[in-house]
Amino acid sequence: MEKLLLLGDEAIALGAIRAGISGVYAYPGTPSTEITAYIQNSKEATSVYSNWCTNEKTAMEAALGMSYVGKRALVCMKHVGMNVCADAFINSAVSGINGGLVVLAADDPSMHSSQNEQDSRFYGKFAMVPMLEPSSQQEAYDMMNYAFELSEQLRTPVLFRITTRMAHSRAAITLGESRPQNEMKPTDDPRRWVLLPAIARRRYNEVLGQQAEVIKISEESKFNLYRDGSDHTLGVIASGIAWNYFNEAFPDGSPYPAVKVSQYPLPKSLIAKLMKECDRVLVMEDGQPFIEEQLRGLLDDKNIDGRLNGKLPRAGELTPDNTRVALGMEINQHFAESTAVVQRPPSMCAGCGHRDVYESLNKIIAEYDNAKVFSDIGCYTLGALPPFNAIDTCIDMGASITMAKGASDAGQHPAVSVIGDSTFTHSGMTGLLDAVNSKSKITVILSDNLTTAMTGGQDSAGTYKFEAICQGLGVEPEHIRVVVPIAKNKEEIENILREEINYDGVSVVIPRRECIQTLKRSLKKKK
Amino acid sequence: MKCDIILSGVGGQGILSIAAVIGEAALAEGLEIKQTEVHGMSQRGGDVQSNLRISTDKVDSDLISLGCADVIISLEPMEALRYIPYLGESGWVVTSDAPFVNITNYPEEEILKQELAKLPNVFSFDVEGIAREAGVLRSVNIVLLGAASTAVGLTAEALEIGIRRVFSHKGDEIVDMNIKAFRAGADAVKGGLKK
Repeated sequence: MEKLLLLGDEAIALGAIRAGISGVYAYPGTPSTEITAYIQNSKEATSVYSNWCTNEKTAMEAALGMSYVGKRALVCMKHVGMNVCADAFINSAVSGINGGLVVLAADDPSMHSSQNEQDSRFYGKFAMVPMLEPSSQQEAYDMMNYAFELSEQLRTPVLFRITTRMAHSRAAITLGESRPQNEMKPTDDPRRWVLLPAIARRRYNEVLGQQAEVIKISEESKFNLYRDGSDHTLGVIASGIAWNYFNEAFPDGSPYPAVKVSQYPLPKSLIAKLMKECDRVLVMEDGQPFIEEQLRGLLDDKNIDGRLNGKLPRAGELTPDNTRVALGMEINQHFAESTAVVQRPPSMCAGCGHRDVYESLNKIIAEYDNAKVFSDIGCYTLGALPPFNAIDTCIDMGASITMAKGASDAGQHPAVSVIGDSTFTHSGMTGLLDAVNSKSKITVILSDNLTTAMTGGQDSAGTYKFEAICQGLGVEPEHIRVVVPIAKNKEEIENILREEINYDGVSVVIPRRECIQTLKRSLKKKK
Repeated sequence: MKCDIILSGVGGQGILSIAAVIGEAALAEGLEIKQTEVHGMSQRGGDVQSNLRISTDKVDSDLISLGCADVIISLEPMEALRYIPYLGESGWVVTSDAPFVNITNYPEEEILKQELAKLPNVFSFDVEGIAREAGVLRSVNIVLLGAASTAVGLTAEALEIGIRRVFSHKGDEIVDMNIKAFRAGADAVKGGLKK
């Protein structure tokens, strides 16, 4: 049988291709990026639409449009992308879908590459959609077609939740058959797509009425299971990859009865049986205590162990070590951490244009008493670290412009925003319009490296359109200043920054030079 | 057979290529594999590592447990030391002795040497020197793999198959260079790893 060594992300991508998707819609974000990248490069997927989207909301809505006409679509994002697309996601659960629609959220417990460790399962519960959480790369592959079938059977989007270690770990995958893409087909009940209050109320009741069936499917799912054991002093509930850490602790088989959860809503009957059979129950889940909170309830069932009573760490990802400790087992460490080892944080690449921007910016804002630099999400966030120490904030995609505006409204000057090209089109443009409409005294540095660099160099939605976009939003043409950030132009950049900081209105300075990584790659290719 | 391998280095040094070669070799041998990688921000000059687990039996956890690694293979001495809490009692450390200094508080080389010398099984060597001598400076990482090859539980033949699979899309010249690099590394430890 055909076997391939694939990342969890790649297994998901290939599973989706073979499940007959007609499109994948995504904005790059670690740890989800490789799913879409794999589909873009797959010879099996030449008829699958796979261009990068401007943000997760446009991705979610385009996928819903594809579903509306009857075809299968996949949407991929990192966990914080769920916040961006939440409006479309929640409402798609009310309208329901036509062609299968799977929304993949890649959570990042321990925040390897993120600002928070929010758990996407809360979104699934909130929207009342079924969720899948694979425990292995093989299961991730196998689950994809099931996810689309489930979506079409229940006429609802399905949330597919993974975490970093699943996304970025390889395993050998046994492949299955390909299924052809759906033909376009008209939707049943066309009115359900028009969420006027009267229709939405009807649909919401239908979604509520469907929940008993959704739970039953979950209880009978082959991805959830009850495994008995000889020692009933403890029972274990392990979801997703936590199941592996649990099994790792018992190479010869666990003595404790256990429930594996890989499909939600929670399989009530399996869990009820475990609670009845065992004295205590330990809940292991990668992410926030989603299952544990539901089991504890408001009155805090004292027979439950997990992240909320300190058996497992409250924050951070699970490991084979912290799960061993929770199971009351020893860790056999032989060598202590070396005191010579120091942290090696990431830094901007040698030759990166953002470096030139920060050098000049630091020099100019030193001329003012109280300059504030509001930055954003991207490689340039590393400007927060030495030697630059150049930025004051980094909160979420696009917040650099709007926070600068708010601070300026309150009297802050200089209020400088530093945002990358891809982040600007993702979530910065609307904020810039707000600033223009208020004639805010802010200076936006739109540091353009012609790519989405942080995630590995994906297409950036606004490339070569930024002057036109800014002008279209109402920034005065003479205050849209383009420069090439290289040492030779240092004086020019500094003069421009000073002039624009002193200008009483919105200016956009665009330092533009290709990302050094994508440049290296394209030079290599040419050789 | 079971082998838990930690690969470490600094972003851009070629850790993931070593992982890919071992992974493909293990796949060709019909073994069970799990291999974690670091993507995203850390790749920009930060520390990177990969946990690679190969076994004749099912591999459950993607991550290696503390005290369980059979070998740490590192392209950088401080990065080798970073993972010693994971090293098994009789596990090996095979590392380049060349510091990659991109931080201001990098420890003194002598201290790193002393720290490494405290471990029972260490082979620290001039990987780049061997690569230069063999004329394969662009494949320093595969020289290191060659030197560590007896510790990863796979035959040299299997690892060379892995090299061919991983580099074949880059053309014969690149494949040959990496095979040469692998053999140069293996020659450096002829007769087995010794402290």
